[in-house]
Amino acid sequence: MATFTLPANSRLTQGKTYRAPAGAKNVRAFRIYRWDPDSGENPRTDTYEIDLDQCGPMVLDALIKIKNEVDSTLTFRRSCREGICGSCAMNIDGLNTLACLKPIEEVKGEVRIMPLPHMPVVKDLVPDLSQVYAQYRSIEPWLKADTAPPPDAERRQSKEERAKLDGLWECILCFCCSTSCPSYWWNGDRYLGPAILLQAYRWIADSRDEATGERLDNLEDPFRLYRCHTIMNCTRTCPKGLNPAEAIGKIKQLMVQRQG
Amino acid sequence: MAEGVKRLQTPLGRVRGLGSARSGTHHWWMQRVTSIALVPLVVWFAAAAIGLAGAGYEASAAFVADPVNAVLLLLLVGVTLHHLAAGLQVVIEDYVRAEGVRLAAVWGVKAACLVLGLFAAVAILRIAV
Repeated sequence: MATFTLPANSRLTQGKTYRAPAGAKNVRAFRIYRWDPDSGENPRTDTYEIDLDQCGPMVLDALIKIKNEVDSTLTFRRSCREGICGSCAMNIDGLNTLACLKPIEEVKGEVRIMPLPHMPVVKDLVPDLSQVYAQYRSIEPWLKADTAPPPDAERRQSKEERAKLDGLWECILCFCCSTSCPSYWWNGDRYLGPAILLQAYRWIADSRDEATGERLDNLEDPFRLYRCHTIMNCTRTCPKGLNPAEAIGKIKQLMVQRQG
Repeated sequence: MAEGVKRLQTPLGRVRGLGSARSGTHHWWMQRVTSIALVPLVVWFAAAAIGLAGAGYEASAAFVADPVNAVLLLLLVGVTLHHLAAGLQVVIEDYVRAEGVRLAAVWGVKAACLVLGLFAAVAILRIAV
Protein backbone atom coordinates (compact mmCIF):
# COMPACT_ATOMS: atom_id res chain seq x y z
CA MET A 1 0.00 0.00 0.00
CA ALA A 2 0.91 3.62 -0.22
CA THR A 3 3.24 4.86 2.50
CA PHE A 4 2.51 8.31 3.80
CA THR A 5 5.78 9.00 5.53
CA LEU A 6 9.08 9.17 3.73
CA PRO A 7 11.67 6.54 4.63
CA ALA A 8 14.65 7.61 6.74
CA ASN A 9 17.19 9.83 4.99
CA SER A 10 14.76 10.91 2.26
CA ARG A 11 14.45 14.58 3.05
CA LEU A 12 16.85 16.78 1.10
CA THR A 13 18.70 19.44 3.06
CA GLN A 14 20.59 22.53 1.95
CA GLY A 15 24.31 21.82 1.62
CA LYS A 16 27.38 23.95 1.09
CA THR A 17 27.96 26.59 -1.57
CA TYR A 18 31.33 26.75 -3.27
CA ARG A 19 31.85 30.28 -4.64
CA ALA A 20 33.37 30.94 -8.04
CA PRO A 21 36.98 32.24 -8.02
CA ALA A 22 37.24 36.03 -7.82
CA GLY A 23 37.31 37.68 -11.21
CA ALA A 24 35.22 35.00 -12.95
CA LYS A 25 32.89 36.69 -15.46
CA ASN A 26 30.74 33.89 -16.88
CA VAL A 27 29.55 32.17 -13.69
CA ARG A 28 26.95 29.41 -13.60
CA ALA A 29 25.72 27.60 -10.48
CA PHE A 30 25.46 23.80 -10.45
CA ARG A 31 23.18 22.48 -7.75
CA ILE A 32 24.03 18.83 -7.22
CA TYR A 33 22.48 16.04 -5.13
CA ARG A 34 24.92 14.66 -2.57
CA TRP A 35 24.52 11.63 -0.35
CA ASP A 36 27.18 9.70 1.47
CA PRO A 37 26.01 6.33 2.85
CA ASP A 38 28.79 6.32 5.46
CA SER A 39 27.85 9.67 7.01
CA GLY A 40 24.40 8.66 8.28
CA GLU A 41 23.19 12.12 7.28
CA ASN A 42 20.30 13.08 5.03
CA PRO A 43 21.08 13.84 1.40
CA ARG A 44 21.81 17.48 0.61
CA THR A 45 22.23 19.68 -2.42
CA ASP A 46 25.61 21.39 -2.77
CA THR A 47 25.97 24.41 -5.04
CA TYR A 48 29.11 24.86 -7.10
CA GLU A 49 29.74 28.10 -8.95
CA ILE A 50 31.75 27.45 -12.09
CA ASP A 51 33.40 29.90 -14.45
CA LEU A 52 32.10 28.71 -17.82
CA ASP A 53 34.96 30.52 -19.59
CA GLN A 54 37.28 27.97 -17.98
CA CYS A 55 35.06 24.92 -18.60
CA GLY A 56 34.09 22.63 -21.49
CA PRO A 57 30.62 22.96 -23.07
CA MET A 58 28.85 19.90 -21.65
CA VAL A 59 27.42 19.25 -18.19
CA LEU A 60 29.88 16.36 -17.82
CA ASP A 61 32.76 18.80 -18.40
CA ALA A 62 31.50 20.84 -15.46
CA LEU A 63 31.15 17.73 -13.26
CA ILE A 64 34.71 16.67 -14.07
CA LYS A 65 35.96 20.19 -13.42
CA ILE A 66 34.23 20.22 -10.02
CA LYS A 67 35.72 16.85 -9.11
CA ASN A 68 39.21 17.83 -10.28
CA GLU A 69 39.39 21.37 -8.98
CA VAL A 70 36.73 22.03 -6.34
CA ASP A 71 35.49 18.94 -4.50
CA SER A 72 37.10 15.56 -5.12
CA THR A 73 34.43 13.78 -3.02
CA LEU A 74 31.74 14.34 -5.71
CA THR A 75 30.92 10.88 -7.04
CA PHE A 76 29.47 10.06 -10.47
CA ARG A 77 29.91 7.51 -13.25
CA ARG A 78 31.40 8.49 -16.56
CA SER A 79 33.49 6.83 -19.20
CA CYS A 80 33.32 7.56 -22.93
CA ARG A 81 32.22 11.26 -22.79
CA GLU A 82 30.57 10.88 -26.23
CA GLY A 83 27.17 9.29 -25.62
CA ILE A 84 27.98 5.68 -26.35
CA CYS A 85 28.62 4.07 -22.95
CA GLY A 86 25.57 5.30 -21.05
CA SER A 87 27.47 5.71 -17.77
CA CYS A 88 26.75 9.37 -17.07
CA ALA A 89 22.95 9.07 -17.21
CA MET A 90 21.40 11.40 -14.63
CA ASN A 91 18.56 13.86 -14.15
CA ILE A 92 19.65 17.28 -15.39
CA ASP A 93 17.27 20.22 -15.17
CA GLY A 94 14.37 17.84 -14.59
CA LEU A 95 15.00 15.53 -17.55
CA ASN A 96 16.90 12.24 -17.60
CA THR A 97 19.76 12.47 -20.06
CA LEU A 98 23.46 11.87 -20.55
CA ALA A 99 25.66 14.52 -18.94
CA CYS A 100 28.15 14.19 -21.80
CA LEU A 101 25.53 15.03 -24.45
CA LYS A 102 23.79 17.83 -22.54
CA PRO A 103 25.15 21.29 -23.39
CA ILE A 104 25.26 23.62 -20.36
CA GLU A 105 23.92 26.35 -22.67
CA GLU A 106 20.60 24.45 -23.02
CA VAL A 107 19.87 24.92 -19.32
CA LYS A 108 18.42 28.23 -18.21
CA GLY A 109 19.83 29.50 -14.92
CA GLU A 110 21.02 27.15 -12.19
CA VAL A 111 21.87 23.62 -13.41
CA ARG A 112 20.12 21.14 -11.11
CA ILE A 113 21.57 17.64 -11.17
CA MET A 114 20.00 14.62 -9.47
CA PRO A 115 20.64 10.87 -9.79
CA LEU A 116 18.30 8.83 -12.04
CA PRO A 117 14.88 8.97 -10.33
CA HIS A 118 13.49 6.27 -8.08
CA MET A 119 16.55 4.04 -8.02
CA PRO A 120 18.44 3.16 -4.84
CA VAL A 121 21.40 5.53 -4.54
CA VAL A 122 24.86 4.10 -3.93
CA LYS A 123 26.46 7.51 -3.47
CA ASP A 124 25.81 11.03 -4.84
CA LEU A 125 24.89 10.60 -8.54
CA VAL A 126 25.54 6.84 -8.68
CA PRO A 127 22.35 4.72 -8.75
CA ASP A 128 22.24 1.01 -7.96
CA LEU A 129 21.46 -0.68 -11.29
CA SER A 130 21.67 -4.33 -10.17
CA GLN A 131 17.92 -4.92 -10.54
CA VAL A 132 17.67 -3.48 -14.03
CA TYR A 133 20.77 -5.42 -15.12
CA ALA A 134 19.14 -8.60 -13.79
CA GLN A 135 16.00 -7.71 -15.76
CA TYR A 136 18.16 -7.34 -18.87
CA ARG A 137 19.66 -10.79 -18.21
CA SER A 138 16.16 -12.21 -17.73
CA ILE A 139 15.10 -11.48 -21.33
CA GLU A 140 18.10 -13.52 -22.57
CA PRO A 141 19.60 -10.85 -24.81
CA TRP A 142 21.43 -13.13 -27.17
CA LEU A 143 20.69 -14.88 -30.46
CA LYS A 144 18.84 -18.16 -29.96
CA ALA A 145 18.62 -20.50 -32.93
CA ASP A 146 18.41 -24.27 -33.37
CA THR A 147 19.45 -24.15 -37.01
CA ALA A 148 23.22 -24.33 -37.27
CA PRO A 149 24.84 -21.39 -39.06
CA PRO A 150 26.39 -22.12 -42.48
CA PRO A 151 29.75 -23.82 -41.80
CA ASP A 152 31.73 -21.31 -43.79
CA ALA A 153 29.81 -18.09 -43.15
CA GLU A 154 27.76 -16.06 -40.70
CA ARG A 155 23.97 -16.32 -40.40
CA ARG A 156 22.37 -14.57 -43.35
CA GLN A 157 19.95 -11.67 -43.16
CA SER A 158 18.50 -9.60 -45.98
CA LYS A 159 18.83 -5.82 -46.02
CA GLU A 160 15.09 -5.53 -45.30
CA GLU A 161 15.36 -7.89 -42.33
CA ARG A 162 18.36 -6.00 -41.00
CA ALA A 163 16.51 -2.68 -41.37
CA LYS A 164 13.98 -3.88 -38.79
CA LEU A 165 16.68 -3.59 -36.13
CA ASP A 166 17.27 0.10 -36.81
CA GLY A 167 16.07 2.19 -33.89
CA LEU A 168 16.65 -0.79 -31.58
CA TRP A 169 20.35 -1.70 -31.76
CA GLU A 170 21.36 1.89 -30.97
CA CYS A 171 20.16 1.57 -27.36
CA ILE A 172 23.10 1.97 -24.99
CA LEU A 173 21.28 0.83 -21.82
CA CYS A 174 21.67 4.11 -19.96
CA PHE A 175 18.19 3.57 -18.38
CA CYS A 176 17.13 7.20 -18.77
CA CYS A 177 13.84 5.84 -20.12
CA SER A 178 13.08 3.20 -17.49
CA THR A 179 13.79 5.62 -14.65
CA SER A 180 11.52 8.27 -16.23
CA CYS A 181 8.55 5.86 -16.34
CA PRO A 182 5.94 6.15 -13.54
CA SER A 183 4.93 2.53 -14.08
CA TYR A 184 8.55 1.52 -13.52
CA TRP A 185 8.70 3.72 -10.42
CA TRP A 186 5.65 2.07 -8.83
CA ASN A 187 6.16 -1.52 -10.01
CA GLY A 188 9.80 -1.74 -11.06
CA ASP A 189 10.26 -5.04 -9.23
CA ARG A 190 7.86 -6.76 -11.63
CA TYR A 191 7.45 -4.45 -14.64
CA LEU A 192 10.44 -4.76 -16.97
CA GLY A 193 10.40 -1.09 -18.02
CA PRO A 194 10.94 0.53 -21.42
CA ALA A 195 14.69 -0.08 -21.76
CA ILE A 196 14.41 -3.82 -21.19
CA LEU A 197 11.25 -4.17 -23.31
CA LEU A 198 12.96 -2.34 -26.19
CA GLN A 199 15.86 -4.78 -25.85
CA ALA A 200 13.42 -7.70 -25.71
CA TYR A 201 11.86 -6.46 -28.95
CA ARG A 202 15.32 -6.09 -30.50
CA TRP A 203 15.63 -9.93 -30.31
CA ILE A 204 12.00 -10.57 -31.25
CA ALA A 205 12.49 -8.43 -34.37
CA ASP A 206 15.73 -10.18 -35.36
CA SER A 207 15.05 -12.47 -38.33
CA ARG A 208 17.96 -14.72 -37.34
CA ASP A 209 16.46 -15.50 -33.94
CA GLU A 210 14.30 -18.62 -33.74
CA ALA A 211 12.92 -18.20 -30.21
CA THR A 212 10.28 -15.51 -30.83
CA GLY A 213 7.42 -17.54 -29.34
CA GLU A 214 9.39 -18.39 -26.24
CA ARG A 215 10.38 -14.73 -25.85
CA LEU A 216 6.74 -13.63 -26.14
CA ASP A 217 5.72 -16.31 -23.62
CA ASN A 218 8.14 -14.86 -21.09
CA LEU A 219 6.82 -11.33 -21.59
CA GLU A 220 3.12 -12.21 -21.53
CA ASP A 221 2.34 -11.04 -18.03
CA PRO A 222 0.14 -8.31 -16.52
CA PHE A 223 3.20 -6.85 -14.81
CA ARG A 224 6.22 -7.63 -16.98
CA LEU A 225 4.69 -6.10 -20.12
CA TYR A 226 1.22 -4.71 -19.51
CA ARG A 227 2.18 -2.11 -16.89
CA CYS A 228 3.07 0.02 -19.94
CA HIS A 229 0.25 2.53 -20.41
CA THR A 230 1.90 4.41 -23.28
CA ILE A 231 2.77 7.36 -21.05
CA MET A 232 5.61 8.13 -23.52
CA ASN A 233 8.05 9.61 -20.97
CA CYS A 234 10.53 7.01 -22.26
CA THR A 235 10.45 8.30 -25.81
CA ARG A 236 10.56 11.91 -24.70
CA THR A 237 13.63 11.47 -22.52
CA CYS A 238 15.76 9.07 -24.63
CA PRO A 239 19.09 10.84 -25.23
CA LYS A 240 19.64 8.68 -28.32
CA GLY A 241 16.31 9.67 -29.90
CA LEU A 242 14.90 6.13 -29.81
CA ASN A 243 11.25 5.16 -29.31
CA PRO A 244 10.82 2.47 -26.62
CA ALA A 245 7.05 3.11 -26.49
CA GLU A 246 6.76 2.08 -30.15
CA ALA A 247 8.78 -1.09 -29.53
CA ILE A 248 6.47 -2.00 -26.63
CA GLY A 249 3.45 -1.31 -28.86
CA LYS A 250 4.85 -3.73 -31.42
CA ILE A 251 5.29 -6.42 -28.76
CA LYS A 252 1.63 -5.98 -27.75
CA GLN A 253 0.61 -6.21 -31.41
CA LEU A 254 2.45 -9.52 -31.78
CA MET A 255 0.78 -10.80 -28.60
CA VAL A 256 -2.65 -10.15 -30.15
CA GLN A 257 -1.58 -11.42 -33.57
CA ARG A 258 -0.48 -14.82 -32.28
CA GLN A 259 -3.86 -15.39 -30.64
CA GLY A 260 -5.30 -15.87 -34.09
CA MET B 1 8.61 -6.84 1.47
CA ALA B 2 9.32 -6.84 5.19
CA GLU B 3 11.66 -4.09 6.34
CA GLY B 4 14.85 -5.23 7.95
CA VAL B 5 14.72 -8.77 6.56
CA LYS B 6 18.06 -9.50 4.98
CA ARG B 7 17.52 -10.75 1.46
CA LEU B 8 20.34 -12.74 -0.02
CA GLN B 9 18.43 -13.96 -3.10
CA THR B 10 20.22 -12.86 -6.26
CA PRO B 11 18.74 -10.01 -8.31
CA LEU B 12 18.17 -12.43 -11.22
CA GLY B 13 16.31 -14.86 -8.95
CA ARG B 14 14.12 -12.05 -7.69
CA VAL B 15 13.43 -10.71 -11.19
CA ARG B 16 12.55 -14.13 -12.61
CA GLY B 17 10.35 -14.66 -9.57
CA LEU B 18 7.42 -16.98 -10.25
CA GLY B 19 7.81 -16.67 -14.03
CA SER B 20 5.40 -15.00 -16.40
CA ALA B 21 1.65 -15.37 -15.88
CA ARG B 22 1.15 -16.24 -19.59
CA SER B 23 -1.85 -13.92 -19.54
CA GLY B 24 -2.72 -10.26 -19.75
CA THR B 25 -3.12 -10.03 -23.52
CA HIS B 26 -6.83 -10.85 -23.45
CA HIS B 27 -7.44 -8.27 -20.74
CA TRP B 28 -5.46 -5.59 -22.62
CA TRP B 29 -7.05 -6.38 -25.98
CA MET B 30 -10.61 -6.43 -24.60
CA GLN B 31 -10.00 -3.01 -23.08
CA ARG B 32 -9.18 -1.67 -26.59
CA VAL B 33 -12.07 -3.54 -28.26
CA THR B 34 -14.65 -2.35 -25.71
CA SER B 35 -13.44 1.25 -25.98
CA ILE B 36 -13.92 1.17 -29.77
CA ALA B 37 -17.33 -0.51 -29.41
CA LEU B 38 -18.38 2.20 -26.98
CA VAL B 39 -17.89 4.98 -29.55
CA PRO B 40 -20.98 4.16 -31.68
CA LEU B 41 -22.97 2.90 -28.67
CA VAL B 42 -22.47 6.09 -26.68
CA VAL B 43 -23.24 8.28 -29.71
CA TRP B 44 -26.44 6.29 -30.28
CA PHE B 45 -27.41 6.51 -26.60
CA ALA B 46 -26.71 10.25 -26.39
CA ALA B 47 -28.82 10.88 -29.49
CA ALA B 48 -31.62 8.70 -28.10
CA ALA B 49 -31.52 10.44 -24.72
CA ILE B 50 -31.70 13.86 -26.38
CA GLY B 51 -34.60 12.62 -28.53
CA LEU B 52 -36.47 11.41 -25.43
CA ALA B 53 -35.91 14.59 -23.44
CA GLY B 54 -39.31 15.66 -22.02
CA ALA B 55 -41.06 12.75 -23.76
CA GLY B 56 -42.54 11.36 -20.55
CA TYR B 57 -42.81 7.84 -19.10
CA GLU B 58 -44.99 6.19 -21.75
CA ALA B 59 -42.85 7.24 -24.70
CA SER B 60 -39.64 6.28 -22.87
CA ALA B 61 -40.98 2.85 -21.93
CA ALA B 62 -42.06 2.33 -25.54
CA PHE B 63 -38.56 3.27 -26.67
CA VAL B 64 -36.97 0.66 -24.37
CA ALA B 65 -39.57 -1.93 -25.35
CA ASP B 66 -38.50 -1.73 -28.99
CA PRO B 67 -36.38 -4.90 -29.56
CA VAL B 68 -33.58 -3.04 -31.39
CA ASN B 69 -33.33 -0.41 -28.66
CA ALA B 70 -33.43 -3.05 -25.92
CA VAL B 71 -30.58 -5.02 -27.51
CA LEU B 72 -28.50 -1.86 -28.00
CA LEU B 73 -29.16 -0.84 -24.38
CA LEU B 74 -28.09 -4.29 -23.12
CA LEU B 75 -24.94 -4.02 -25.25
CA LEU B 76 -24.22 -0.53 -23.92
CA VAL B 77 -24.57 -1.68 -20.31
CA GLY B 78 -22.47 -4.83 -20.80
CA VAL B 79 -19.68 -3.18 -22.75
CA THR B 80 -19.53 -0.16 -20.42
CA LEU B 81 -19.28 -2.28 -17.29
CA HIS B 82 -16.70 -4.62 -18.87
CA HIS B 83 -14.64 -1.58 -19.83
CA LEU B 84 -15.09 -0.08 -16.36
CA ALA B 85 -13.98 -3.25 -14.58
CA ALA B 86 -10.98 -3.70 -16.87
CA GLY B 87 -9.90 -0.08 -16.45
CA LEU B 88 -10.26 -0.04 -12.67
CA GLN B 89 -8.31 -3.31 -12.47
CA VAL B 90 -5.39 -1.60 -14.21
CA VAL B 91 -5.51 1.33 -11.79
CA ILE B 92 -5.59 -1.02 -8.79
CA GLU B 93 -2.70 -3.13 -10.13
CA ASP B 94 -0.70 0.06 -10.70
CA TYR B 95 -1.09 1.53 -7.24
CA VAL B 96 -1.98 -1.17 -4.71
CA ARG B 97 1.14 -3.03 -3.62
CA ALA B 98 -0.16 -5.35 -0.88
CA GLU B 99 -1.18 -8.58 -2.58
CA GLY B 100 -4.20 -9.34 -0.40
CA VAL B 101 -5.63 -5.85 -0.70
CA ARG B 102 -5.00 -5.84 -4.45
CA LEU B 103 -6.79 -9.15 -4.93
CA ALA B 104 -9.75 -8.07 -2.79
CA ALA B 105 -10.03 -4.73 -4.60
CA VAL B 106 -9.89 -6.27 -8.09
CA TRP B 107 -12.50 -8.90 -7.28
CA GLY B 108 -14.62 -6.35 -5.43
CA VAL B 109 -14.70 -4.16 -8.55
CA LYS B 110 -15.53 -7.15 -10.78
CA ALA B 111 -18.34 -8.27 -8.49
CA ALA B 112 -19.78 -4.76 -8.23
CA CYS B 113 -19.74 -4.36 -12.03
CA LEU B 114 -21.40 -7.75 -12.49
CA VAL B 115 -24.16 -6.96 -9.99
CA LEU B 116 -24.76 -3.53 -11.54
CA GLY B 117 -24.89 -5.08 -14.99
CA LEU B 118 -27.41 -7.72 -13.90
CA PHE B 119 -29.66 -5.12 -12.28
CA ALA B 120 -29.57 -2.99 -15.43
CA ALA B 121 -30.25 -6.00 -17.65
CA VAL B 122 -33.22 -7.11 -15.54
CA ALA B 123 -34.62 -3.57 -15.64
CA ILE B 124 -34.32 -3.39 -19.43
CA LEU B 125 -35.76 -6.87 -19.96
CA ARG B 126 -38.72 -6.22 -17.63
CA ILE B 127 -39.77 -3.39 -19.90
CA ALA B 128 -38.84 -5.05 -23.18
CA VAL B 129 -40.07 -8.62 -22.71
